[in-house]
Amino acid sequence: MSLKKTLFDPLFENNPIALQILGICSALAVTTKLESVLVMCLAVIVVTAFSNLSVSLIRNHVPSSIRIIVMMTIIASLVIVTDQILKAFVYDVAKSMSVYIGLIITNCIVMGRAEAYAMKNGPIMALVDGIGNGIGYSVVLIFVGIFRELFGSGKLLGYNIMTPISEGGWYQPNGMALLSPSAFFLIGIFIWILRTVKKDQVESSN
Amino acid sequence: MKKLQHLLESQEHHFVNGGKLEKFYPIYEMLDTFVFTPSDVSKGSVHVRDAIDLKRTMITVVVALAPCILMALYNTGYQANKVIASMVTTPTGWRSDIMLALGLAYNPTDIISNFVHGLLYFLPIFLTTQIAGGACEVIFATVRKHEINEGFLVTGMLYPLTLPATIPLWQVAVGIIFGVVIGKEVFGGTGKNFLNPALTARAFLYFAYPAQISGDKVWTAVDGYSGATALGQAALGGVEKISFSWWDSFIGLVPGSMGETSTLAALIGAVILIASGIGSWRIIVSVFASAAFFAFILNTIGSETNMMFSVTPAWHMVIGGLAFGAVFMATDPVSASMTNLGHWWYGALIGFMTILVRVINPAFPEGIMLAILFANCFAPLIDYFVVQGNIKRRAERVKA
Repeated sequence: MSLKKTLFDPLFENNPIALQILGICSALAVTTKLESVLVMCLAVIVVTAFSNLSVSLIRNHVPSSIRIIVMMTIIASLVIVTDQILKAFVYDVAKSMSVYIGLIITNCIVMGRAEAYAMKNGPIMALVDGIGNGIGYSVVLIFVGIFRELFGSGKLLGYNIMTPISEGGWYQPNGMALLSPSAFFLIGIFIWILRTVKKDQVESSN
Repeated sequence: MKKLQHLLESQEHHFVNGGKLEKFYPIYEMLDTFVFTPSDVSKGSVHVRDAIDLKRTMITVVVALAPCILMALYNTGYQANKVIASMVTTPTGWRSDIMLALGLAYNPTDIISNFVHGLLYFLPIFLTTQIAGGACEVIFATVRKHEINEGFLVTGMLYPLTLPATIPLWQVAVGIIFGVVIGKEVFGGTGKNFLNPALTARAFLYFAYPAQISGDKVWTAVDGYSGATALGQAALGGVEKISFSWWDSFIGLVPGSMGETSTLAALIGAVILIASGIGSWRIIVSVFASAAFFAFILNTIGSETNMMFSVTPAWHMVIGGLAFGAVFMATDPVSASMTNLGHWWYGALIGFMTILVRVINPAFPEGIMLAILFANCFAPLIDYFVVQGNIKRRAERVKA
């Protein structure tokens, strides 16, 4: 596969959330505000990219019986570093996201890409694949985040787009958008639209 | 009638394959089969001859709903008139203009005034539902080339009846669009939905805009008037605090969502549904029995802190939307269990959950809607176990 294809395929052709159905949990948890979505996306892109790179570099030296533990150690270290950096520079946002930064460790995308791709490919391709999958994850999260913040509180990134009634405007906030089920509906709708456009992603009925 | 048939037939060639209005065939088909029995018949050597098809089934449900609709019109107007009569100021707005033009006073003892006033509230909500929901239905039918059928007619009847008279119309539209698209069309349309679309629509509003619909505040159609429904009153002070008589609740002359107040009207509907064989009597009986049984147990246990424990089973039967939900929502043949034994379990689950939410959950005053949606999700599982049990029993019999 070419470099370009590796980078851009995970956006729509092979999206980690919409097609591989990985990393749903954080898509439900952190998407009520667009600001935390962006921080989360950045964190995941960095972690996936560097875990892929590191795993790929040592792939020929790790006995396959302990490879999962080794990957886990690498990912956990990267997540801790990311968490510390976020706490140092954007403390308020990091605090509002509480445990979910730490939970990137358990995000199936990171582990999944390390196991499925980085173990079999060279470091440069693995890095690009990590970035691509991180961006693919971000595309869905930003889609969900925009709708949830806009309909749930009438704002985007904290700026009033539709002023809610409680602040003297006209918009009645949709309480549903602030509850986790709305993220399920939105991801579902995203997958629906994607598979209407790209018919080859539709699974055959059994 | 002959003329209409002739007109429809003469226009058919525009809509069939190759005609210039081919895309709009579902709309033509809807009109045609709504008015006349379809002329095409099954082609194979075996087919069931039965006068009743999906459309006639749905129409029967609408007929069964008639008492509830009449009661909804009457009671909405009655409640509003009662409050207006006790207030000093008179209402303004387009409704009062029409009432004035018709020469009707806001008099709760005047039956016609009650009906008309209720109609002025019911009609806008009903029309909004039909237009918004119907548009979704037509769009999907046209794109996917399936038929438009009366499934939506029933959904569009049930849904306004579950809403309070005071709900803003845009919320009505948002709710029904969600119900039709997410509750039904994503699964492939009528007959493939596992949730009841009318309840999905209402549940969406329930969580999205709880201030307007949650079910503790009263829903009398008068500006600036607020109070508590029977469920809200009972939650605060137990059964003694309910300010209506049991018989008023049974007949339906209490505030509440438009169609749900009258247990009597729901029971008349139940008789029609059961007699015509469309609603399952097993489900209806099972919901009532299990709700009464569980309410009886909780009532016997009693509680110092939770006043809802003091509500007797007899009261539980008539307040809130239990009867309406049990008769019209739970018996929806698509989302309910299919097997006869499954009907009993399905109904029992609904009755149990309703009382559980009403009495023990402090966040939600009414539980029937959530209980039915919950049971909808479990209906296939119930059927699976019933069928497996049956297979096992027969296998044993063969062995013996």
